[in-house]
Amino acid sequence: MTNATEAVRAPALEMRGITKRYPGVVANNHIDLKIRPGEIHALLGENGAGKSTLMNVLYGLARPDEGEILLDGEVVQISSPSDAIARGINMVHQHFMLVPVLSVAENILLGEETMANRVFLDRREAHKRIVELGRRFGFEIDPDVRVGSLSVGWQQRVEILKALYRDARILVLDEPTAVLTPQETEEIFAVLRRLADAGHSVVFISHKLYEVLEIADRITVIRRGAVVGERRPDETNEEDLAELMVGRGVQLVVDRGESHPGDVRLKVEGLEVNDDRGNRVVHDVSFDVRAGEIFGIAGVAGNGQDELVQALVGLRKIAAGSVRLGDRDLTGRSPRAVNEAGVAFVPADRHRYGLILPFSVADNVVLTAYYRPPFARSFLRHDDAIQAAAERAIAEYDIRTPSALTRVGTLSGGNQQKVVVAREFDRQVRLLILDQPTRGLDVGSIEFIHKRVIAMRDRSTAILLVSAELDEVLEMSDRIAVIYRGRIVAVRDARTADKNEIGLLMATGGGERQAATTVGTAT
Amino acid sequence: MTEASPRVRRRALARIWAIAALPLLAILIALIVGAVIILGSELIAGGPFNPILPLTAYLALIQGAFGTFDAVVDTLVATSPLVFGGLAVAVAFRAGLFNIGAQGQFLMGALGAVAAGVAVSGQPSIIAIPIAVAAGVAAGALAGFIPGFLKATSGAHEVVTTIMLNYIAIQILALLVSGPLKVPNSPSPVTFEVGNASYPVLFGPNGHLGIVIAVVAVVVLSWVLYRTTLGFEIRAVGTNPDAAANAGMRPRGITVLSMTIAGALAGLAGTDVVLGSAHHMTSSFGTTVGFDSIAVALLARSEPIGILPAALLFGAMRAGADLMQIKAQIPRELVDVIQATILLVLVATPVLRRLINLRGTKAAIAPPPTITRSYGSGEAQP
Repeated sequence: MTNATEAVRAPALEMRGITKRYPGVVANNHIDLKIRPGEIHALLGENGAGKSTLMNVLYGLARPDEGEILLDGEVVQISSPSDAIARGINMVHQHFMLVPVLSVAENILLGEETMANRVFLDRREAHKRIVELGRRFGFEIDPDVRVGSLSVGWQQRVEILKALYRDARILVLDEPTAVLTPQETEEIFAVLRRLADAGHSVVFISHKLYEVLEIADRITVIRRGAVVGERRPDETNEEDLAELMVGRGVQLVVDRGESHPGDVRLKVEGLEVNDDRGNRVVHDVSFDVRAGEIFGIAGVAGNGQDELVQALVGLRKIAAGSVRLGDRDLTGRSPRAVNEAGVAFVPADRHRYGLILPFSVADNVVLTAYYRPPFARSFLRHDDAIQAAAERAIAEYDIRTPSALTRVGTLSGGNQQKVVVAREFDRQVRLLILDQPTRGLDVGSIEFIHKRVIAMRDRSTAILLVSAELDEVLEMSDRIAVIYRGRIVAVRDARTADKNEIGLLMATGGGERQAATTVGTAT
Repeated sequence: MTEASPRVRRRALARIWAIAALPLLAILIALIVGAVIILGSELIAGGPFNPILPLTAYLALIQGAFGTFDAVVDTLVATSPLVFGGLAVAVAFRAGLFNIGAQGQFLMGALGAVAAGVAVSGQPSIIAIPIAVAAGVAAGALAGFIPGFLKATSGAHEVVTTIMLNYIAIQILALLVSGPLKVPNSPSPVTFEVGNASYPVLFGPNGHLGIVIAVVAVVVLSWVLYRTTLGFEIRAVGTNPDAAANAGMRPRGITVLSMTIAGALAGLAGTDVVLGSAHHMTSSFGTTVGFDSIAVALLARSEPIGILPAALLFGAMRAGADLMQIKAQIPRELVDVIQATILLVLVATPVLRRLINLRGTKAAIAPPPTITRSYGSGEAQP
């Protein structure tokens, strides 16, 4: 896109001086945003910077205190999502709004039923349109397939189709790549490109710098509710964007130094685990983690890693196999026994497993140790000790909170995670299990947590890192295992691991690739 | 610091307001609805239109509840079982359980107290009262243990099981009072008096020991919830059972224990009525203490300290209703209307909040997910 063509094109959407105040904070402070037709516009900012608020204003979920929204140069009032959709603004949420048991077509038609007559849906017409739309943007989709049987990447395409079916001109994607493999990300980028070429505008919300540089035509950076910069990808780089986002220089790559692995600390042998419905989802998993080593398990979400981790920490029954910590057998022990044996655990879903949101920071800091001295004397809580521990954690882990008695639920995601980290790291830990420890966190918090993890490793803690974030696993780990459909399909040395190979293993388990190589050699 | 203190005081007041605003609003709306009904029914009945009739009725209600020393004592007597019952519902709430079964546990407690009380009615009070109380508490605790155990082992939802147990309790009561516990040769199903097992009267004509025990129970429960590790576990499990399990607590054990404690407290309510005021039971021992307790707990937002004013309000309405009927010719059932309206308003809080946009106030039912969610259904291993 050249400057000349830009100049003639009026913005499809303009947000002018948007200000939104919540009690105690200005979430958006006179934000100006111009989205041109056929443009992929990235909105970059840390969590809590105000990206979501701005998009909620655009989507009619929040009413701005000041400012106006212009569509094609005309001021419009958007007071509800249906208003927004009627004006061609659609949002693809981070958590898909799809009904798994319904077909692709039924999901797309929900709320927008094309009727053949007053009683019956016009399925044929709807199917035709869906298939056509898919083709136009570069993918073939069967409208009769059940959404629940689709991969995450395809579900996302269904969400996009849903928006296109409603004649979306402006498509907002909220962190669309958070759940995708590198390959899926490439594919969805191709779809977005074609959308833009067809004249649609795409607003791409993200905090992943390299992605934004790859896909966006224009990048607006938001910090603390205000626009701090607008860049084109060719005039910036990751360091520049990170500095804009955080407001200071940020070390993007962890300086992790050499690891010095010691004895085997965790030994998992032949582990088999079932999911809630009784299906075997972890098959014959064996690995060990040494003291002073970070062992990464990479895998697309939903390949058994949740169940594997739950089994290791005692939250889920082990169907077969054994778990040993040093010379102690932890197979089938309770979460408390596992915890007392020196296993610390940072769960992926901190809201569900890691924290009790309505409880205070202090109560959450002692959530696992509340029954032990010094926090309790027999059955009596010792509030002074709890308070002291909380204040120490707040200082030590730089938790930004008004006080130790503040409810954890009111803190930002990064600070919530720091509460979990403070609780789990700040004691004698023999094995540290990290499940997606930086999911949804901003650059500054990620940097902080990574540094702490490396420090733990250097104090010869054994660390098991499970993540769907391939870059994180590659950056942090000393050895990397790939989990696919509940099996460990490969273990690689992190220093020599090839990102593409690991990505492919995550997506296919290596089966297809092997087949491809055989075919390749045969011809 | 001189400038700081008013600000601190204002913040404390703001917090109290945040907690109390909705209950007070609910009471106000209920009184208005009651007034409308009074005026409306007068009009339908063709009586002369008297716009100050509701005021007359409410004044009579207040006078009946607090007008004389004896009236105040009557109010306190009516209040004390509601305190126990309110605590029974509240403690279950805090553990994430909706204890609809307070009525059944209340009846079982009353039965236990009357059975044991009659058996020891000839013993000295110092022996008889503890035995009767223990029996009432044990019977209530058992009635609470059953739904707790069912939930923990099979995931059976406590709302369903406690409602069913309420009917079972009514039938057990009918069976015992017209059978083994019945006074022989009596024309009607009625038990013997509990005699020396009765609570001693401490003040006024009937201000009995149960009133003191009720206040003590509030203090004890508040202490357990906020000062002990068990209370921490109850609150943690009630707020987020998954995080509690991950932290090494045992949600199923806490479920069983909380329901048992709830049952014991409801049992104390039944004991309070039997040993404090009724002294015997009939097969139509039909007070609605157990159901009113749900309203009390909601009004108190499951906060033990809040149970005292909430129960006092309901107790006062019960005690004052007779004078209202006499002085203003308003049927005492108006009190039920007011109570039901309070409950409706509290349950409809989310709607109300949107209508009036009350800022900074908390929802009346603290743990909504627990009403639909059941972790005891074999999902995760505790």
